[in-house]
Amino acid sequence: MNDNELLNLDFTDIKIDPNLSRRELLKTIGGGIIIFFCVGDSSVLEAQRRGGRGYPDDFNTYLKIGPDGRIACYTGKIEMGQGIITSLGQMLADEVDVSLESVDMVMGDTSVCPWDMGTFGSMSTRFFGPPLRAAGAEARRVLLELAAEQLKVPQDRLVAENGVIYDKEQKDKRVTYGDLAKGKTIARRAKEKPSLKSPSEFKVMNKSFTRRDSAEKVTGKAKYAGDIRLPGMLYAKLLRPPAHGAKLKNVDTAAAEKIEGVTVVHEDDLVAVLHKNPDQAAEALSKVTAEFDPSPLKVDDQTIFDHLLKNAGNSNVGAHGGNLEEGQKQAEIIVEQTYLDGYKAHAAMETHTALAQVEGNKVTVWISTQTPFPAKDQIAKALSFDADNVRVITPFVGGGFGGKSAGQQAIEAAKLSKATGKPVQVCWSREEEFFYDTFRPAAVVKIKSGLTKEGKAVLWDYNVYYAGERGAPQFYDIPHHRTTSVGGGFGGGASPHPFATGAWRAPGNNTNCFARESQIDIMAAKAKMDPIEFRLKNLKDERAIRVLKAAAEKFDWKPAPSPSGRGLGVAVGTDSDTFVAQIAEVQVDKRTGRVQVKRVLCAQDMGLVINPEGATIQVEGCITMGLGYTLTEDIHFKGGMILDRNFDTYELPRFSSLPKIETVLLDLKNEPAHGGGEPAIIIVGAVVANAIHDATGARLLQLPLTPERVRKAITAIA
Amino acid sequence: MAETIAFTLNDKPVSVTTDGQRPLLWVLRTDFSLTGTKFGCGQAQCGACTVLVDNKAVRSCVYPVRNAGGREVRTIEGLSQNGDLHPLQKAFVEHDALQCGFCTPGMILTAYSLLQQNPQPTREEIIQGMDHNLCRCGAHTRIIDAIQSAATALKGGTSR
Ligand code: FES
Ligand code: FES
Repeated sequence: MNDNELLNLDFTDIKIDPNLSRRELLKTIGGGIIIFFCVGDSSVLEAQRRGGRGYPDDFNTYLKIGPDGRIACYTGKIEMGQGIITSLGQMLADEVDVSLESVDMVMGDTSVCPWDMGTFGSMSTRFFGPPLRAAGAEARRVLLELAAEQLKVPQDRLVAENGVIYDKEQKDKRVTYGDLAKGKTIARRAKEKPSLKSPSEFKVMNKSFTRRDSAEKVTGKAKYAGDIRLPGMLYAKLLRPPAHGAKLKNVDTAAAEKIEGVTVVHEDDLVAVLHKNPDQAAEALSKVTAEFDPSPLKVDDQTIFDHLLKNAGNSNVGAHGGNLEEGQKQAEIIVEQTYLDGYKAHAAMETHTALAQVEGNKVTVWISTQTPFPAKDQIAKALSFDADNVRVITPFVGGGFGGKSAGQQAIEAAKLSKATGKPVQVCWSREEEFFYDTFRPAAVVKIKSGLTKEGKAVLWDYNVYYAGERGAPQFYDIPHHRTTSVGGGFGGGASPHPFATGAWRAPGNNTNCFARESQIDIMAAKAKMDPIEFRLKNLKDERAIRVLKAAAEKFDWKPAPSPSGRGLGVAVGTDSDTFVAQIAEVQVDKRTGRVQVKRVLCAQDMGLVINPEGATIQVEGCITMGLGYTLTEDIHFKGGMILDRNFDTYELPRFSSLPKIETVLLDLKNEPAHGGGEPAIIIVGAVVANAIHDATGARLLQLPLTPERVRKAITAIA
Repeated sequence: MAETIAFTLNDKPVSVTTDGQRPLLWVLRTDFSLTGTKFGCGQAQCGACTVLVDNKAVRSCVYPVRNAGGREVRTIEGLSQNGDLHPLQKAFVEHDALQCGFCTPGMILTAYSLLQQNPQPTREEIIQGMDHNLCRCGAHTRIIDAIQSAATALKGGTSR
């Protein structure tokens, strides 16, 4: 994929969206120069259609140059910590030729932002970035045209710089963007493909900027969904079943109703207690007594893997080549392993929250969500409202990681606001958060692989159950290979998962990388080869080779077959068009099985890096978060009952878990920008498992690598 | 039972008439609309709700408002003075020691309390002092760096 492909967009056929007509929009956002921009249908943008709907074909990006010279970018994307509030702004600023400070990002408000399916999949920079840059370039072109008219100077003598256009032969002939926009309402749509700046012209892109939202966030001024206050609002606490699958038999709310200031709503299965103080609503809910039918679910965290395998349907054959039988014949050494991974919680620090205000047949909902537009449709359906009458506003989101894509809490708030006629906030407790999370699915990977005595991989038979296909296809040079997948990464109605599952930062790829890179490591050890040397011998993908070599060089890697006793591990992976390689050093307490990760070096090829500082932060965040699924995180459950309800048993990474983290971003300015929010997390499990093997000779086949499992594996080889 | 509780909140005398058992967190967030103090777990497990009571970090989700009576309570909104960010706030900004920012108020106030007790902590001491504050985004390394540089700035007598 290159820049040109990405810009193969439809600039001509603009239809008016019935939900948000341009005329209406102009009224809402006021005067100035407005550039509409359309992403048409192209093969690359098919990737956007995962939500069953592509970008609308009228316009989906637009920006406004106001009379004050400020550039506002309206986007359905949201800021949840990943930093696009900064990096998207950089892209725009550079193309329009203004400073980053003059760009305002208006995000996630369905009344003024164009439709967007959501913020996930490391797609903002990759797919939204290029049209945004093009819109910026178009804006600059319009400004130059206007300036030529106003200054009566031919366009080719004009220079645009930092929000000002001047005549290069007579520099005092100048006009600011703000003056050009003053008193005008010009709506332009891009007609032809504008040319984007080349890396040598970048002034804002590919430079490090600190976050633009931190002043608000360090002073407590930043507003999250739970921080919005409306006169007369009520806080709701809802009655929840003790287990998934448990049906409400009867409920008695009389005692709660007697408490002063309490409102009870009971509509079908929705039983809620409302009060003007959230803690007192919770208190009142504890007075509600209810009986539930027991959950029919029997499976638990021990039996889940057999259960999943037993219920596995037909598999999809993905990437394949050569002939497995032939590979089997050529192989002198065969390695057959099964890898297991349990359910993981998203556990964002902000729980799911929404505030809804129903007024007549209209509703406004402030939601902590990654998907404001799909949430709008869900709410309209739940209330039987016209979608035009639903407005979703997305304040800052306190972490998402894929977990804030379902709109349950918003629907609850909207229904309760409709029932009470008051604004209603629903803010889940940590227990509710653990109960209704769309967990990363438990999964099994079975691999049979083969190699020659010289260390050439010849066979790869890879079968993944329930992690999904992301990251499943291998990128090694193996002549006889096949990848199959059963059960997508997300639970649907017929899924055998006992509760909801969903996308979790780089969905599926963490599990797939753990299996693949462990297996490759076992093969290297069988060939008595250094794990990096073995990988390089069996890789043909040049980006994978380049990133692995970069990591080895920065780490100052000294080759030795594993187990070398040094506690060093290596892994390579790819996600969102980005390649990553990591080398980790661990210390294992052989008596207790406790693992301390001392150092992780991550080399990343993400193409053009818009904001190197922001990208480095994402790598650090990925590695730190990755240590959780690697070492401690696993959902314990029995039947439909979730046993982990707070952070006492579900252990997140802490300050004391931290390794020294080093990030190496390959300098590849001339390549398109690839994803940055997820790639570095995908190989953390593998790199640590491989390092544990290097330290102890023990091979761990199940995540997380708990002390108990490490101890057992060490005892097994002793 | 409703009772009247008087205390100092961000340098101003206040009083509230309410059930004294209620957690300080919800009184701050609802009765005073000070929403900088966050809810993360409700069981003293995460530190998002940390505020200062007499300059010491407490977890307001399990701290009965009655106990604040007669004391000085400070929330994140009351840390900067006359529009000047506190050195800790400045250091968090400069080090990009946050992502989603939800843990940030609790982190800063826990660090404030730590520096009160130990103005020049070692890296190890910072890790120990901060270990019960959770950050899901993984801003940890930068938080440690920010606290270290704030400690240096404070030693230089930048402010407070
Ligand atoms: S909300 Fe108080 S410690 Fe988590
Ligand atoms: S910055 Fe998001 S939880 Fe710490």
